[in-house]
Amino acid sequence: MKKIAIVAYQQSDSVSDAGAVNEVELIMPVLQRTFAQVGLNNAQDVDFVCSGSCDYLQGAAFAFVAGVDALGAVPPIKESHVEMDAAWALYESILKIRMGHADSALIYGFSKSSPGELPIVLSQQLDPYYLAPLWIDSVSLAALQARLMLDAGLITERDMAEVVSRSRRNARSNPHAQLSGDISPEDILAGEMYLSPLRKADCCPVSDGASAMIIATVEQAQEWGVPYVIISGIDHCIETHNLGMRDLTDSVSTRTAAKRAGIDAGKVDVAELYAPFSHQEIILTRALGLGKETSVNPSGGVLAGNLMMASGLSRIGEVFNRIVSGAARRGIAHATSGPCLQHNLVTVLERAEKA
Amino acid sequence: MSDEQEVITAIKAPVFLKYNFTAGKAATRFLAQIKKGVLTGQRCPKCAAVFVPPRGSCAACGVATEEEVVLADKATVQSFTIVSIPIPNNPIQPPYIIANLVPDGANVSFIHLMSECVNEDIHIGQRVQAVWKPQAEWDYAMANIRYFKPIDEPDVPVDRIGKLPVTGLEG
Repeated sequence: MKKIAIVAYQQSDSVSDAGAVNEVELIMPVLQRTFAQVGLNNAQDVDFVCSGSCDYLQGAAFAFVAGVDALGAVPPIKESHVEMDAAWALYESILKIRMGHADSALIYGFSKSSPGELPIVLSQQLDPYYLAPLWIDSVSLAALQARLMLDAGLITERDMAEVVSRSRRNARSNPHAQLSGDISPEDILAGEMYLSPLRKADCCPVSDGASAMIIATVEQAQEWGVPYVIISGIDHCIETHNLGMRDLTDSVSTRTAAKRAGIDAGKVDVAELYAPFSHQEIILTRALGLGKETSVNPSGGVLAGNLMMASGLSRIGEVFNRIVSGAARRGIAHATSGPCLQHNLVTVLERAEKA
Repeated sequence: MSDEQEVITAIKAPVFLKYNFTAGKAATRFLAQIKKGVLTGQRCPKCAAVFVPPRGSCAACGVATEEEVVLADKATVQSFTIVSIPIPNNPIQPPYIIANLVPDGANVSFIHLMSECVNEDIHIGQRVQAVWKPQAEWDYAMANIRYFKPIDEPDVPVDRIGKLPVTGLEG
């Protein structure tokens, strides 16, 4: 089977309101930088394009189709889209390459969440008969999950505050972060409750922005002559959307996906986890069995800025950057979708050994 | 027991979501100009094609378009259809014409309505001009142009449709 590598990754700043820009204007600057990283002109220079976005976020039907105007799609290109985080667009692209239908692919995700009320918009992804008509928002569901964990003694509010404090501290070195700075766990605990037991700081911010990546077979990457990182494994698993049937204090699907992606084959230097709420980072760290040797969310993670539909791809991009820079040899990236970590994807990345 | 149950064919679950929608930079510039009664496009810095209404990019080259180009309100029929059925919520009574029109100075067409014409006489290459609403009614809307009507100018050969300068066929 052909080995597949990441050759480029770029992200926009994570901002609370990108203002009057349409999807094309949001995506294009990021795509231009991504193409430039490999020395390509536009989407004509890759074999396949796949994007991840959700039109509900900005309330514009077929926004994802309008986004194609940013690609240079004349003459026509092979293009696909997932109504999911772009991490799943990466998954589709990997399948495309493995089937022998492409040697390279551009993947991008974009989010303009500011026009709508994101937690309410996300309630419409719930089961349509029993839950969506109740308008239960994503933050309330995360609060239920945190309550279960606190009550079972699996975490303390202090543990949650420490996750936030570390995220903000790490985000100081992330130029794209929306929230960063020095804030102690004590200061966070002194903040008022938002949706108990969650404080505002326990929840990721609502963000606008985009990210993009180019992957290719190792042969193609070597031909382009750019630094690359091997994708040694990728897998995803989903749990039932009946929240009452799930153990919300654990993430079985993350653990299963990670095992199948080959997490156990070596030391994990860095892990970027898509944890939109502080307690979820603890669930994920435990499900993945990460210990002291692993640097968790050195970018600050999504508590520092959450590009819905692009943050999962960004986690993979952050690990790519750290392996390319030499800061890490091997890392994992996690992406999530759905309420309370319902659907999880794990990617294992490794430094390319010199041939 | 289950045989006696009523068959449920639908449930009511109305969805109401509120958005603060923005048109985007390119559309904002276009709409600001059309409020003043001026049609504008944007030129691709790479292939020089002029897009109307602009989206902020050249869809062919995948690069940002910045240069604003003022277009004529005269146009050429690129294609058309005669609509013979009423459209719900549309005040225009059939039969009427929907046409792909390329304004002089642009390279792509937009869709608008045609009137003040004999429907059966409309043809590809025909020259038309905008009929604007009274200036007092101008808003940030394509509907500032009520419709296009035929004008007495020679037809544009098919291979020149979409390639006229802003000064028109003779320009």
